[in-house]
Amino acid sequence: MRDVYVIGAGMTPFGELWNKSMREIFVDASLAAIQDAGVDHVDSLYVGAMSPGLFIGQEHLGAVVADFLGITPIAATRVESACASGGISFRQAFLEVASGASDIVLAGGVEKMTDGADVTEALATAADQEYEVYHGITFPGLYAMIARAHMHQFGTTREQLAAVAVKNHRNGMKNPNAQFRSELTLEQVMKSTMVADPLRLLDCSPVSDGGAAVIVASAEVASKLKRKNVKVTASAQASDTITLHDRKQLTTLDAVVRASEKAYKMASKKPGDINFAEVHDCFTIAEIVITEDLGFFEKGKGGEAVEKGLTARESGKIPINSSGGLKSKGHPVGATGIAQIIELYEQLSGRAGDRQVKAAKVGLAQNMGGSGASCVVHILEAT
Amino acid sequence: MISPRYAREIPHRYQLLAARCSSCGSIAFPPRRVCRKCQGQKFEAAKLSSEGTILTFTVIRVGADRFSKQTPYAVAIVELNDGVKITTQIADADVDTLQIGQKVRLVFRKIQEDGKAGILCYGYKAVLV
Repeated sequence: MRDVYVIGAGMTPFGELWNKSMREIFVDASLAAIQDAGVDHVDSLYVGAMSPGLFIGQEHLGAVVADFLGITPIAATRVESACASGGISFRQAFLEVASGASDIVLAGGVEKMTDGADVTEALATAADQEYEVYHGITFPGLYAMIARAHMHQFGTTREQLAAVAVKNHRNGMKNPNAQFRSELTLEQVMKSTMVADPLRLLDCSPVSDGGAAVIVASAEVASKLKRKNVKVTASAQASDTITLHDRKQLTTLDAVVRASEKAYKMASKKPGDINFAEVHDCFTIAEIVITEDLGFFEKGKGGEAVEKGLTARESGKIPINSSGGLKSKGHPVGATGIAQIIELYEQLSGRAGDRQVKAAKVGLAQNMGGSGASCVVHILEAT
Repeated sequence: MISPRYAREIPHRYQLLAARCSSCGSIAFPPRRVCRKCQGQKFEAAKLSSEGTILTFTVIRVGADRFSKQTPYAVAIVELNDGVKITTQIADADVDTLQIGQKVRLVFRKIQEDGKAGILCYGYKAVLV
């Protein structure tokens, strides 16, 4: 496989973008990425989107966005893997450049969630419709069941869950594209409305609109640019049972374990070699479980780690979600995986401004779909 | 819910019909074409145990629109006595006193209504024993 680099990035602010359509959001992010990279064309594009059909009644997204970017007749493909759509869009672009089929590929993601659809029902389509959702489970409900099992098995506390939200909001305050740039206190999280016991409103990532795009390119293209580029040293993906109840364990996300094992092997890295990570904190419990399953902390110790500040941006052993994560930055589902890559890119090229992580040389992005039935992990390194 | 889609699931939801893999003996619920454990493709009909234990649960306070009249309601992952795990509501219980490890049995109940003019949808719920 050929070496692959990220050479440019662009995104819209995440939030309730009522004055912008999905296509405008995607085009804004893509134009910013193309301009940032300084390229005059792309060979093809991928767009990650979970469910534009349910959110705005529009499918056939590849053609829609290629048309509105004015770059037909290039190959344009929509990628779907629930909340991992963005990360897998990036992986498709990576594979296309690595294979030699293309030299410059745009990997993007978008979601338009505030146009009036029943968002709870639309998101629930990422679970088993007949044997989970039929019985009235929701996504907060699925993660609540993971949380309760984790609390029961390892003694994880309600305060430790809340500490994830507090930390991520503190990071998001320094991210100009974040949806919620406000400080949260532990007490605010603990007293927010109960959604699905034991998870409360402020344990949940928000409903958001937003788009994100990066340009990936071959070494030959990257070497012609007069700036620091970022190399993609691993891309790995794994799947698991669609239902949460069929998993081997309720407190381990096996797809995260498997994808990260493959990624570490591909990049010749160990968990201890990773300087910082963006992980899929769709709910506070998810960040705790993921940081364990990525090998950053022993199983059952993820709650304690966040409480002790081991994942803090400023002084943590391994800063997690310096961007604010899904919780504070926002979670326009299809865009999330690309926004994680953008945070890695900005940190590794020293452009993260007020939220710059010290000595950021190796970053990991973990993006997953549903209750963990699909997961994609990337490792990026400064060159 | 479109009725052919509903009708296809009736044997599993009403009668707990499952499939036992002829090569490794593991039970698939709902029945499937390929065994998850051994990739075997031969199965014989089996009926699920209707008793089990709560492995974890939640109380849904904010539901999708079609469940919004039922909130708050408890949903659990139950391990049946034959080892099969399912997601099911816990009915007839004080949702604030549920515990992991409680014993339950499955009963036949209405699950949801398909809008004002659609069909009534049935299946299993668990009750404490």
